Amino acid sequence: MIHSLFLINSSGDIFLEKHWKSVVSRSVCDYFFEAQERATEAENVPPVIPTPHHYLLSVYRHKIFFVAVIQTEVPPLFVIEFLHRVVDTFQDYFGVCSEPVIKDNVVVVYEVLEEMLDNGFPLATESNILKELIKPPTILRTVVNTITGSTNVGDQLPTGQLSVVPWRRTGVKYTNNEAYFDVIEEIDAIIDKSGSTITAEIQGVIDACVKLTGMPDLTLSFMNPRLLDDVSFHPCVRFKRWESERILSFIPPDGNFRLLSYHVSAQNLVAIPVYVKHSISFRDSSSLGRFEITVGPKQTMGKTVEGVTVASQMPRGVLNMSLTPSQGTHAFDPVTKMLSWDVGKINPQKLPSLKGTMSLQAGASKPDENPTINLQFKIQQLAISGLKVNRLDMYGEKYKPFKGIKYMTKAGKFQVRT
Amino acid sequence: MSAAPAYSEDKGGSAGPGEPEYGHDPASGGIFSSDYKRHDDLKEMLDTNKDSLKLEAMKRIVAMIARGKNASDLFPAVVKNVACKNIEVKKLVYVYLVRYAEEQQDLALLSISTFQRGLKDPNQLIRASALRVLSSIRVPIIVPIMMLAIKEAASDMSPYVRKTAAHAIPKLYSLDSDQKDQLIEVIEKLLADKTTLVAGSVVMAFEEVCPERIDLIHKNYRKLCNLLIDVEEWGQVVIISMLTRYARTQFLSPTQNESLLEENPEKAFYGSEEDEAKGPGSEEAAATTLPARKPYVMDPDHRLLLRNTKPLLQSRSAAVVMAVAQLYFHLAPKAEVGVIAKALVRLLRSHSEVQYVVLQNVATMSIKRRGMFEPYLKSFYIRSTDPTQIKVLKLEVLTNLANETNIPTVLREFQTYIRSMDKDFVAATIQAIGRCATNIGRVRDTCLNGLVQLLSNRDELVVAESVVVIKKLLQMQPAQHGEIIKHLAKLTDNIQVPMARASILWLIGEYCEHVPRIAPDVLRKMAKSFTAEEDIVKLQVINLAAKLYLTNSKQTKLLTQYVLSLAKYDQNYDIRDRARFTRQLIVPSEQGGALSRHAKKLFLAPKPAPVLESSFKDRDHFQLGSLSHLLNAKATGYQELPDWPEEAPDPSVRNVEVPEWTKCSSREKRKEKEKPFYSDSEGESGPTESADSDPESESESDSKSSSASGSGESSSESDNEDQDEDEEKGRSSESEQSEEEGKKRQMKKRKKVPEGQGGGSSSDEGSDSSSSSSESEMTPETEEEQVEPASWRKKAPPSSKSAPAAKEISLLDLEDFTPPSIQPVSPPAAVSTSLAADLEGLTLTDSPLAPSLLSPVSGVRKQELLHRVAGEGLAVDYTFSRQPFAGDPHMVSVHIHFSNSSDTPIKGLHVGTPKLPAGISIQEFPEIESLAPGESATAVMGINFCDSTQAANFQLCTQTRQFYVSIQPPVGELMAPVFMSENEFKKEQGLQGGR
Repeated sequence: MIHSLFLINSSGDIFLEKHWKSVVSRSVCDYFFEAQERATEAENVPPVIPTPHHYLLSVYRHKIFFVAVIQTEVPPLFVIEFLHRVVDTFQDYFGVCSEPVIKDNVVVVYEVLEEMLDNGFPLATESNILKELIKPPTILRTVVNTITGSTNVGDQLPTGQLSVVPWRRTGVKYTNNEAYFDVIEEIDAIIDKSGSTITAEIQGVIDACVKLTGMPDLTLSFMNPRLLDDVSFHPCVRFKRWESERILSFIPPDGNFRLLSYHVSAQNLVAIPVYVKHSISFRDSSSLGRFEITVGPKQTMGKTVEGVTVASQMPRGVLNMSLTPSQGTHAFDPVTKMLSWDVGKINPQKLPSLKGTMSLQAGASKPDENPTINLQFKIQQLAISGLKVNRLDMYGEKYKPFKGIKYMTKAGKFQVRT
Repeated sequence: MSAAPAYSEDKGGSAGPGEPEYGHDPASGGIFSSDYKRHDDLKEMLDTNKDSLKLEAMKRIVAMIARGKNASDLFPAVVKNVACKNIEVKKLVYVYLVRYAEEQQDLALLSISTFQRGLKDPNQLIRASALRVLSSIRVPIIVPIMMLAIKEAASDMSPYVRKTAAHAIPKLYSLDSDQKDQLIEVIEKLLADKTTLVAGSVVMAFEEVCPERIDLIHKNYRKLCNLLIDVEEWGQVVIISMLTRYARTQFLSPTQNESLLEENPEKAFYGSEEDEAKGPGSEEAAATTLPARKPYVMDPDHRLLLRNTKPLLQSRSAAVVMAVAQLYFHLAPKAEVGVIAKALVRLLRSHSEVQYVVLQNVATMSIKRRGMFEPYLKSFYIRSTDPTQIKVLKLEVLTNLANETNIPTVLREFQTYIRSMDKDFVAATIQAIGRCATNIGRVRDTCLNGLVQLLSNRDELVVAESVVVIKKLLQMQPAQHGEIIKHLAKLTDNIQVPMARASILWLIGEYCEHVPRIAPDVLRKMAKSFTAEEDIVKLQVINLAAKLYLTNSKQTKLLTQYVLSLAKYDQNYDIRDRARFTRQLIVPSEQGGALSRHAKKLFLAPKPAPVLESSFKDRDHFQLGSLSHLLNAKATGYQELPDWPEEAPDPSVRNVEVPEWTKCSSREKRKEKEKPFYSDSEGESGPTESADSDPESESESDSKSSSASGSGESSSESDNEDQDEDEEKGRSSESEQSEEEGKKRQMKKRKKVPEGQGGGSSSDEGSDSSSSSSESEMTPETEEEQVEPASWRKKAPPSSKSAPAAKEISLLDLEDFTPPSIQPVSPPAAVSTSLAADLEGLTLTDSPLAPSLLSPVSGVRKQELLHRVAGEGLAVDYTFSRQPFAGDPHMVSVHIHFSNSSDTPIKGLHVGTPKLPAGISIQEFPEIESLAPGESATAVMGINFCDSTQAANFQLCTQTRQFYVSIQPPVGELMAPVFMSENEFKKEQGLQGGR
């Protein structure tokens, strides 16, 4: 399975290597660098690169390439999924996953990697278990350790590893018992020139932060579970119960986790909460173009649309833009030709707009492509699909937990073609 | 090598042995100098007896290892600490050991005794980690010790240690492959382990050490299937892909004779019918019928695998979903493969690397099973923010999915892509348009026109790509496109991309007759620039010259000779060769006369049009989801997916012996043995094997007193299965089948009565079935033809008006499953009338029977379909009556109550054109002519929700208005009537406990 792992930063330095079998020379990464050069952009580096003796599988996250070296046939998604899990674990341990943080915590990183794979096969990947084996570094613990000489490494096998609920650690204790659920929905949409929706779908997740003492058994029910077209669960969810009653029943892991992700299909009508009016024109003769966009709310169910940002990749022919926004700030990068406009809140009485001219390369003919507009926005307290959590019940423990639920709608991959 | 500069860059080095630097950060600082003396301080730190110092030193060493710096000279100092009490120091020493033991084998041996001691430790974590390290230090001398340790650990109390033992197996195997036989013994032992923790790891070991020993799996097959859902994700992936291979060797292909799938249960039923009709004498005949034909029945174990993997499509892990998807693609009957599409489409939301892999697999699948992904067409639309490699793959999928009906939308989508800024992507789009044009004749001209317009694009790459594609398209129908060729000829002045120039030249040469005046001129221009052209262009210039010489030698003779002379002295030997060869061929000379006579035939032979194919066409011979599939090349260690066997191997090998039952008769024994494995939802599936084609069970059913009871059992079993399937939605076809069966069974029972009156036809039947065994091989088929139409007709009378429609709908629904032979193709008239008479009797008895069994639950909730205000006085409610819908068993019957609260009569109430999601169909209610004010009426309509909870949207039309309404079924209302005895019911109920 996974032979070795190399971490490579964006400038091409290998700053960490780990081998689970015999050592593979880091020169194997030359093939990777070659591919990276050919791809020009980081995201276009092929995830699987064959070399004469090895295969390099990589993922790119947080500006770091995680390159796994394998020698024999293995499902590529197995490795890719594992690498993503490694990144998630680092993030969980250190808060962020970046080159300096990994370098600062290299010993913990190494210990964690050692536990995650044995002979290249995943051993312990659940964060609850890993955290019992190797405690995440905190300032307090570092101080205590240096004074008392105790260690970050647990000497007992985590009980979760052997139990039927391997995702939960035992002996959890909290003074304030609380369970929070965030229902976050993202709208993926493509809107065409005339403003009609080409495709729109809703991708939702329910992220949970559960801090409950003991072994609570939770059930979460929805007012309208039939909305959920396609779901995938955290392993803790009892699938049969969902199938028969459409109720989520689970013993939660301790801490933060993603309980559920779901999909509301394109067939159900998706309400599009904002619209964009645009007129972008290049004139053939002059070296000036006109540019105007307006953003307005559409179906927002009475909620305010906030955190709106507009980004657009302008054609290469555009040299500069002089624009005036009615609100917010804008910027145009003449090198990358990226226009970004931070709009903020949409006030329905006074719609935000961005107007002005573009200066084009003199003499060059007008660009034949029109830029696409990428939109970001947020709507608090609204799940656009209409999903509603009905109730949360807890069994198996005596105390009364504090429960909370939050809804939010965001733009996912929201594009307006012009 | 002065110490001073090293000191200045080395913070850590300044920390002398006496003065530990506690806050020191191991990763920073320049301790990694090439000066080996630098390590002296580390050595001293390791030699002290202060744990904190040791830990500090080890941390720095590990940081060095992480950076890829050499720390091997510290080996003796480090290895001493292997027995350190501090657990973190110990762990770090392990890390070091595993990294360097291979290089310093002799010294590594010093640590072995510590591990051996560790193996006996009461703490399971320590036992396990000792085994882990012991097996990870690749020192051949300790192979016997490792072997011993693995064997011991394989029977450890703790499953965690056993898991570690399983991990150690491939390590030892890669160190010394001579140990294979002993290791296989350990694998065999661990395969029998019942804990989920071990299962994944041991299957992994199995795959690495002895993937060919498929026989080891037999006894554990059912256990693995049942444990699967509780195994951790990584184990699931490995087990599923192993089971895919296993199933390919052990079961018969479910697709080879798809049609027989449906036929079989009926056959069992007919067999028993004969028995009833003719008494005990016919038993033998029935028994011989079965083995003679050997129809396909899915092995229950095969079904078990499909059923137990399906929930995993909901896994959060992309790898698991992909594994299940490939399992279904390779193993499931055609009708069931569709379920994976939704899950795969979901993965497209994931990280781009995941998308990349999934799209590659979808591309392959979409070639073979286009229908599967068609509903998700829009999910493959391309966003400008996608990375190019993803865009190209999506384009591939879109092209594969394009067909006659959706091509307009696909082309419109392509049009926007062409204006993208990403030129590589634009080029790929043009290729895709070309492929659509070749595959779908209807849009060829539209595409061609579009591409010609692109020829005036300002981007040269776009133009070049269009030319290449146009060339391929023109080859299909060159005659009508002289104009386009002329247009292309003009482009030679501007286009510089060699491939495009070469394509134009080839086109002009090939169709020089269509452009007789331009062609020589082009050649003239090309001759002028010949030396500056690229190689492929030069070759095409020679080609063009030769063709023109043959057709129009008067004008081009000199030009051709000039070109050939230029080519003769070209630097590229291919071009020189071509020139020499061409000259000999076309210019008549003394010796070469024989060939040059045929030159025209050689050069101007009609050439077949190219087939534009997907590059994913032949990839499906690799197991999907595998690395080899992704690379389209065999990766090291790839296990070929075997073809289905012709004959099913003995399924009894998967039975597990339980000694105390050996005395019982074989049948009972079998039943009992299987109990534990089917404990959750299929306690009763043991008997299915009686319907199986294997000889053993055949003989068993033979020995039974009446095979009628056998069929009863088997059908009740399929009812069980039906129940299970109901849980899994979207599997209507299967339940249809058993439902059918249930009805027929009813029919069969009553059939005795009218048989006497049946006259000629039924005696026909009798003589048919009592004929010799060789003939009786045919019997089931002929019988089917007779009874099948009847069973359709039986449904007809109740809804007299809509009968033909109902028939058609149900036939359509069944299309996938029903073999054509079953369709009621003009049955003999005599038979049909007599049967119709039978059936009339049946329908009479049917109606009182149904309500008594399935009386509607009182207080069924009325739901509003149309409010009286919105409907301008027409109020419509609906209820799910929970009665079988008479017209079609797949439909749910819905009672619709109309009431007119306006003061004018409402006329001509009927259902307008329904706009239905895929799979859902509606049986409309007969038109209500008029509804007087204040009056109300009830109508019954049938809706086939296709086991989904999607709403059925349709229009409710009156003479004057139309209302859009929709009915969304609550889950509980999607029911199919099932008849079962009280005992059966209780049994089923007992199985519904959930987990």
